[in-house]
Amino acid sequence: MNPAALPTNPPVATPFFFYLLAAVMIIGGILVITRKNAVHSAMALITTLLAQAALYLMLYAPFVAGVQIILYAGGIMVLFLFVIMLISIERTEKERQFNKQWLVGIAAAAALGGLFIAVYTTTTSGRTLFPEGKLTFAEGDNTQRIAGLLFDRATGTYMFAFEIASLLLLVAIIGAVVMAKKRI
Amino acid sequence: MHGVVQYIQSYLESNQTPGAAGNFFWATVYILLVFVGLSVAVIAMNWLERKILAHMQVRLGPMRVGPHGLLQPIADALKLLLKEDIIPAEADKIVFWVAPFIVVLAAFTVFVVVPFGPTHAITDMNIGILFMLGVSSLSVLGIVTAGWASNSHYPLIGALRSSAQMVSYEVAMGLAVVSVILMTSLNEASTGTLSMIGIVQAQQAQQQWFVFKFFPLGLIGFFIFAVAMVAETNRAPFDLPEAESELTAGFHTEYSGFRWSLFFLAEYSAMIAVSSIAVTLWLGGWLRPFPNALQGSTWELVFSLIPGLAFLFLAAMTFYSTVRMPKHPLFRVQTIGLAGFGALLGLIGLILFIPGVRMRVQDIFWFSAKVAGFMYLYIWYRGTFPRYRFDQLMKVGWKVLLPTGLALLILTAVVAMRSELLADVRGVWHP
Repeated sequence: MNPAALPTNPPVATPFFFYLLAAVMIIGGILVITRKNAVHSAMALITTLLAQAALYLMLYAPFVAGVQIILYAGGIMVLFLFVIMLISIERTEKERQFNKQWLVGIAAAAALGGLFIAVYTTTTSGRTLFPEGKLTFAEGDNTQRIAGLLFDRATGTYMFAFEIASLLLLVAIIGAVVMAKKRI
Repeated sequence: MHGVVQYIQSYLESNQTPGAAGNFFWATVYILLVFVGLSVAVIAMNWLERKILAHMQVRLGPMRVGPHGLLQPIADALKLLLKEDIIPAEADKIVFWVAPFIVVLAAFTVFVVVPFGPTHAITDMNIGILFMLGVSSLSVLGIVTAGWASNSHYPLIGALRSSAQMVSYEVAMGLAVVSVILMTSLNEASTGTLSMIGIVQAQQAQQQWFVFKFFPLGLIGFFIFAVAMVAETNRAPFDLPEAESELTAGFHTEYSGFRWSLFFLAEYSAMIAVSSIAVTLWLGGWLRPFPNALQGSTWELVFSLIPGLAFLFLAAMTFYSTVRMPKHPLFRVQTIGLAGFGALLGLIGLILFIPGVRMRVQDIFWFSAKVAGFMYLYIWYRGTFPRYRFDQLMKVGWKVLLPTGLALLILTAVVAMRSELLADVRGVWHP
């Protein structure tokens, strides 16, 4: 059977799913900063991170989605909750929630908004900030392609950056141990 | 109408998982089948655990509800559903309400990628094993929030213990899993895979279960996983989060009725899920025993008859028990019920002899049989091992399993790449 005759699956990356997930993420993000109870904030953050993992799936990057779930939703957020649960909720409820840094906040929001606008505007000469992306459907071997980009002798261009990043994490771990324990 | 029938039939010829074929009808059917099968397995496991534990301790176990207590789990389920559902006054209502659902969702979602056979999985993902580990690690969130939301001391301590334990054993578990993924990269295509179906197919292509690969490296990895998975599911001897003598019931002390039964369901389906990971990664998944040594059409036939024979054996045992029931008139209903149960088992056995069914179902049978072996091990551990102390538990996790896992990973990589490494060394020394 030639590939053209095969029935094509309906694509997952429909606008409906994008807007749904984006809405979940934005609502989750707003809840993170508006809840007074830190545990509620953390749970809203987990929802946001899971929706983000689903967005990666929509971009045909299952490996990134899986790592997002394991690292952020499963690992980091558990440690967050672990720490938050040990602080007294009664005290945090009384504290000020926002530190009223209006000027800096507005500047940061304006910068981010400007960036968004810059991404979507095309100059009269037809140039955009980002080149037109070409979509390749590599869902089936996404993991292998990422491995190739990182480690392959011919195509691996990110090996050095990857190793440097992991070295940075190692430094952070050693720093934490040294700070926590004076005598080892 | 004709189009719908054709849509349903088209999958049967496609020889793919419903997810890969993109067939919504069959995907739904598979999801329902897996859900129902899991629920039945949890009910059966509930009865078996009490019976086997009782027999290990020279007791009879449940005997009152139904013949040999067979209807006990159903009676329990009814009791739990009718019980009053209490939410503590000072509890955080929303979080208390959400927590059991997080745990259940995480426990059931992992079965999306579990391969019961080459085509008998809901779907096959490129990141299969990563997905299973990731989603099952989400159940920690449910346990932590359940313990915190109860606003009570025992649940909080139980939740802290549980999360500490699960986070630490996940590390050793991950290292053991990575060593298997390295082994898959030695198949014909010579690229590794994370897909659950791909891992079993790699074992088929290499004609070896990964327990026996690079002996004893595969065996050590399997052992690390087998210890870590008991800790990961909070079962004896690592059931500190719900140590009755210290913490009443741990993180679910304040839960009652339906919500408690959700935790119960999640615990048992998580046990089945990690057992299926172990079976898929090390014990050849759906492959039958000795596919190379005992080849040929005769052996194929013999092995395909085993599922039916197993059910007939169970039926025969049930009929033997029926004969041995007391001959008192009060026991008449129970005797008839037990005979009916035996007849049902026998009927299933006979259906499994039909050639069309036999060929389609035997991989599911082998997979389930291997998983059932692990479930028996769980009960056996609970009946024999004393509970660990928390510092001992952490010591085993961080000081024994983690270094062993790291050494195993490096050794597996070296052994797997030995020819390339030797070639590199030769290239350096004899240019």
